[in-house]
Amino acid sequence: MTVESTAARKPRRSSKRTGSSAGKAVADPQLVQLLTPEGQRVEHPDYDVDLTPEELRGLYRDMVLTRRFDAEATALQRQGELGLWASLLGQEAAQIGSGRALRDDDYVFPTYREHGVAWCRGVDPTNLLGMFRGVNHGGWDPNSNNFHLYTIVIGSQTLHATGYAMGVAKDGADSAVIAYFGDGASSQGDVAESFTFSAVYNAPVVFFCQNNQWAISEPTEKQTRVPLYQRAQGYGFPGVRVDGNDVLACLAVTRSALERARRGEGPTLVEAFTYRMGAHTTSDDPTKYRADEEREAWEAKDPILRLKTYLANEGHADEAFFASLEEESETLGKRVREAVRAMPDPDRMAIFENIYADGHALVDEERAQFAAYQASFADGEGK
Amino acid sequence: MTVQKLPIAKAINESLRKAMETDPKVLVMGEDVGKLGGVFRVTDGLQKDFGEGRVIDTPLAESGIVGTAIGLALRGYRPVVEIQFDGFVFPAYDQIVTQLAKMHARALGKIKLPVVVRIPYGGGIGAVEHHSESPEALFAHVPGLKVVSPSNASDAYWMMQQAIQSDDPVIYFEPKRRYWDKGEVDTEAIPGPLHKARTVVEGSDLTLVAYGPMVKVCAEAAAAAAEEGKSIEVVDLRSMSPIDFDAVQASVEKTGRLVVVHEAPVFYGAGAEIAARISERSFYHLEAPVLRVGGYHAPYPPARLEEEYLPGLDRVLDAVDRSLAY
Repeated sequence: MTVESTAARKPRRSSKRTGSSAGKAVADPQLVQLLTPEGQRVEHPDYDVDLTPEELRGLYRDMVLTRRFDAEATALQRQGELGLWASLLGQEAAQIGSGRALRDDDYVFPTYREHGVAWCRGVDPTNLLGMFRGVNHGGWDPNSNNFHLYTIVIGSQTLHATGYAMGVAKDGADSAVIAYFGDGASSQGDVAESFTFSAVYNAPVVFFCQNNQWAISEPTEKQTRVPLYQRAQGYGFPGVRVDGNDVLACLAVTRSALERARRGEGPTLVEAFTYRMGAHTTSDDPTKYRADEEREAWEAKDPILRLKTYLANEGHADEAFFASLEEESETLGKRVREAVRAMPDPDRMAIFENIYADGHALVDEERAQFAAYQASFADGEGK
Repeated sequence: MTVQKLPIAKAINESLRKAMETDPKVLVMGEDVGKLGGVFRVTDGLQKDFGEGRVIDTPLAESGIVGTAIGLALRGYRPVVEIQFDGFVFPAYDQIVTQLAKMHARALGKIKLPVVVRIPYGGGIGAVEHHSESPEALFAHVPGLKVVSPSNASDAYWMMQQAIQSDDPVIYFEPKRRYWDKGEVDTEAIPGPLHKARTVVEGSDLTLVAYGPMVKVCAEAAAAAAEEGKSIEVVDLRSMSPIDFDAVQASVEKTGRLVVVHEAPVFYGAGAEIAARISERSFYHLEAPVLRVGGYHAPYPPARLEEEYLPGLDRVLDAVDRSLAY
């Protein structure tokens, strides 16, 4: 599904707010919200979306399937099928909202947790699992879906996104680029440098920070003394904090930032205020550093539940829809499970492949030595 | 007339100019590369002729320079970035090693990273600290990178053409104390392969292997030794990754002796790799152990001491004598 309707950034009202004339409450302007945790639609003075029931159901479906995929991957790691998994549990709205704001010709530079964005880009979810299973370092062609490889080194990709966006501008294209990173990455020099470069060159890039409150065991307070979105001001471009558990708000804010980039007005920092419900990765034990009450408080803000409530209350989705989606989820889980188990180990000669585009004498020499060494076992195996 | 006599810095400048004229995707990026033309004037006049969109003065942020160049390469550009001095490359080292070197492999060959990183390197110009280092081994050690260094104007010109045309990232080390050395450049010649070593001086008693700034010192050493009746062969490696071991081996199997010379610290340096490989390949041809002449395991010293630190004629000749004494 793609969400086609536009979310024009409304002109800022100079007069005082008119209140809930349409029966909708007005949210905190510092945290853009269009759908409360209770599933109630609210207004924001600067952002809105106007979606059809079908589009709303589409966003819901994206989030449910992404969560199901994520749960399956976590289970596969527990079963020893994956070496590691970085769960997105709790961040579905931030990823689906921003991901569905993108046009096909936009380019995405993810971290290693953007499974929902990958879903929106049409990357087959099973391709995301190759690196976690250890059969490759990224199992897709970035240019097929305009979705770059996952980047493990924190924050590096923000510079790649900025450079790519500089290239987009040079080409005279009106595409935009989006770079994902986390609150921990905001401490990295590369993120600061990408802010500088993008501002100086007016690059059409959106910095989408998912502040999920924790960088492994370190809380956001260990990364910054000011709200992250406010950092943008120091670089000379706007920063917006959006309710990261509100898919509508994430869609509206990201779309607005992308349109700003397309208009040649430069970068925007979006801070999606959200929560990583699970562990940093399957190697992590969040019970050692955070309280159950905190997680419980965030569970009440669950991004999927609130949209479900809204859909049900407004009569946008019926039981048949939810039941059929449940079935689709199970089918997806089964497909992912089977695909991972069927994933072959790479050919051993792959060690020497694609190191250089133009070749390298040392690689050729070592490849030949390795092949000869492997072949030396053939006789012993009776081949 | 296609043959000109040019200093190395100007040869690189002409090469960049030709690349930009030939391919609109070629960009030059770095600190002060625009109006100033670079602190060594290597990019002099390019911004005037190609504009600020193609000769890009960058913020003072080396990681940002290389990181954005990676993004531009992903978009189809061929950036040639300048790191102002050798010792300033380390803020960009992360981007070069963890990203630039590996991205082609991570993408299973689906994307290419045609980025050239120019680094003026080495000592001998009386500079302050961080301005005289030779970190080439740190890059040659990294799979995915190619590392080259010209020693003369013709190579400076042609190796830059080849580096830009390569679909692989190339670290292009420029011997800054040779920037003003003039040599003939035939801009219509057909250059040899980028990674092929070249014999500078023919000889039969001993092989000196060097690259970049040390080639000239070794050629002078060979001339001095010739006056004493010693026949020294000098091989200019030109490329530190890959290394043309076949050429070194052929020379050593002719002379039976090898001394490797570079400015970088000897410990874990290029000389160690060459000595090990040649010992393995040519063990029965060697009349003496492979010797190395280079920098000490010490930070590059203050300028008043650099002549002590840098391998000069006497230290090279001393190693030649030690080898011949076996």
